[in-house]
Amino acid sequence: MATEVLMPALSPTMTEGKLVRWVKKEGDNVTAGDVLAEVETDKATMEVEAVDEGTLGRILVQAGQSVPVNTPIAILVAQGEKVPDHIATKPLAPNKTTSENTTQPQRSTSSSIADSLKQGVTESVEKDWGETQEMTVRDALDEALAIELQRDPDVFLMGEEVARYQGAYKVSHGLLQKFGEKRIIDTPITEHGFTGMAVGAAFAGLKPVVEFMTMNFAMQAIDQIVNSAAKTLYMSGGQIGCSIVFRGPNGAASRVAAQHSQCYASWYSHIPGLKVIAPWSSADAKGLLRAAIRDPNPVVFLENEILYGHKFPCPVDEDFILPIGKAKVERVGKDVTFVAFSIAVTIAMEAAEALAKEGIEAEVINLRSLRPLDTETIIQSVRKTNRVVSIEEGWSFAGIGSEIAAQVMEQAFDWLDAPPARVTGADVPMPYAANLEKLALPCAEQVVDAVKKMM
Amino acid sequence: MQEVGQQIGKVIGQQTGQQIGKVIRSETGQQTGQETEEGFSKEDRKLLTRDQFLNAYREMLLIRRFEEKVAQLYSMGLVCGFCHLYIGEEAVATGIKMSLRDGDKVITSYRDHGYMLALGVEPRRVMAELTGRVTGCSRGKGGSMHMYSREKNFYGGCGIVGAQVSLGVGLAFANRYRGTEEVAVTCYGDGANNQGQVYESYNLASLHKLPCVFVIENNRYGMGTSVERSSASHNLYKNGEPWGIPGLQVDGMDVAAVYDAARKAIAYCREGKGPYLLEMMTYRYRGHSMSDPARYRTREEVDHVRKTHDPIEHIKRVLMEDDGVEENVLKTIDEEIKAIVNDAAEFAQTSPEPESRELYTDVVLEV
Repeated sequence: MATEVLMPALSPTMTEGKLVRWVKKEGDNVTAGDVLAEVETDKATMEVEAVDEGTLGRILVQAGQSVPVNTPIAILVAQGEKVPDHIATKPLAPNKTTSENTTQPQRSTSSSIADSLKQGVTESVEKDWGETQEMTVRDALDEALAIELQRDPDVFLMGEEVARYQGAYKVSHGLLQKFGEKRIIDTPITEHGFTGMAVGAAFAGLKPVVEFMTMNFAMQAIDQIVNSAAKTLYMSGGQIGCSIVFRGPNGAASRVAAQHSQCYASWYSHIPGLKVIAPWSSADAKGLLRAAIRDPNPVVFLENEILYGHKFPCPVDEDFILPIGKAKVERVGKDVTFVAFSIAVTIAMEAAEALAKEGIEAEVINLRSLRPLDTETIIQSVRKTNRVVSIEEGWSFAGIGSEIAAQVMEQAFDWLDAPPARVTGADVPMPYAANLEKLALPCAEQVVDAVKKMM
Repeated sequence: MQEVGQQIGKVIGQQTGQQIGKVIRSETGQQTGQETEEGFSKEDRKLLTRDQFLNAYREMLLIRRFEEKVAQLYSMGLVCGFCHLYIGEEAVATGIKMSLRDGDKVITSYRDHGYMLALGVEPRRVMAELTGRVTGCSRGKGGSMHMYSREKNFYGGCGIVGAQVSLGVGLAFANRYRGTEEVAVTCYGDGANNQGQVYESYNLASLHKLPCVFVIENNRYGMGTSVERSSASHNLYKNGEPWGIPGLQVDGMDVAAVYDAARKAIAYCREGKGPYLLEMMTYRYRGHSMSDPARYRTREEVDHVRKTHDPIEHIKRVLMEDDGVEENVLKTIDEEIKAIVNDAAEFAQTSPEPESRELYTDVVLEV
């Protein structure tokens, strides 16, 4: 009896895989455990093993092709059995040449980010960097690191699996080959120790970039980030600075439950002495990581795992860099202001798109930096729209949205036509079950509801 | 090494105070039998020249008189907050300083006044920091626990117990990254020694063969908890062994012994062999901080160490007995130190407080 071999999901965020090569060919007999093929996921190249014995009857996906998870990639038949006719004549999967995955978060609607970007986008007052090219956030970060490593010999990257493994999320892909072991440094799993070491090196004038495999693990090192990195300039009366970047994926990925799905935006934004950045697009990622590395202060750079594989247009100009502390108006509107950062900008754009169909024009502000916070852009927008909704994945209590609401009430109270609204993650540890996880995360529908309540 | 361990176990145990002098050195810890001065090595007296001993005497006396003045100003409400004095431990910072060369870096805990002075920071600026004046080394924003000197390569002054250990490894990392032969001396107490990041730091320093001298200032009490009540390992100098870090136990009350051990450890690091661990057996005469009544030990224990194993009295004796220095020479130094300390105290009381606008400076560097 013929069985289908499916493209397996080999990581929590993998939605698509690229067939790198077939190890077995049509007609080969296989037993359970034999390696059939190699597949490249969003994180690594993995082997696909046979789970049954039989003969590899037909290969449906050729090497070099990318297909979504659960797509049949081959047919396994019992030894001696023929491939059924309806399968033998089935056309092969369409060839898709992109090697980068184009994952969409489960909760996102079908409208793509690129589409949203085309709708009502103005570049606000930002410098026009000219020509752009589509690039994933992951590659944008990788490029920013490479450029800054090239530019300044005092810059080095350290963290778990950043070197030989090429990055747990492939952000540092190729850097070891380019810059060598002196500057791309694998650490043991010892966050507290290696963070302290990096901060000490920064006190001595080096410019470390510390990668946390995820920001969840930085809690082991938070004393060094807050008490050593953020406060020493002040405590030393300006003598000892600390030029360092702490970066890694922050917030929820997908189905990794409570200890690996927390947003630390409000934690770090609370600390004087730190700068905090949360990029959304590839341009944000590249322009701001370059700025963060050059900044003479400690910068916490909160990335998002789901966004790593997303493509956005990114300026190709080799001098492209963005200022820290400047928000970007991603979409102009007159009826309500959405304030969001990181992946919540995607939600804001989706909600704006949905509301546009009903004649409500939302202005979407991508904060980019959380500390310093560009309150000027927020206040200007609210004075125009008279309504504000903040959107974030983190918890509502003492969250970034709380700060935005406070700032708006302090600086634009008389312009408000409705109380500020917050759309946030549910006030619970992140559940594992798919339906509960979906309920725990903010979505465009909630934003639309919030707007309708205030109109 | 086994014998040493047993001996130390005894010392750290019940008989503490009475025995401090006897054991304190792993290599030459033989008893001298003198009633007035227990356990100081006769051999170590030959390690320093007359002038070096005189300088050490001056440095250590400065630290002691300075700290005594701090205690006085504290009782008058002029120095406030947490304040940890270095009295009794002067030989450690002084001996280490003597073994350093330009460019070497030092970091320690909140018990940092002694290091600032030993490294040559002006006493006026240290005292003015303690009174919270703008003329202080951190412009009045750090206080007792947060003193730094970029000029003297002193990186604090770390208020979080044990955090300076991984920071110190980072200083050593920077030395190695730049390809210099400079070392980083990372000091912490027997209490900090129980922090997890200390062992993470041993591992990292050894993995990367970093030029880091770990210095445990074992004054035998982490606040009020004695070493035997807080550490299952009673031979702290051996704690780096699993990571291949050689260790040495040193009489931290004997400035010559400290100098000799630090010199050896620093030479080892400079040669690129990796980190080295020194356990300085020392003693603080005062409480952990100004607010510590020190009821966890007896008056007799403290008095005994003071009488029989005081680091400054020891140098004085060496200078007079071995080097024929006249008492009036030492008296002159005493007078000079007294004048320096009084001047610092005066300066610290008459300097202005930081202006209000200083509240918002030095938070972040402008780009």
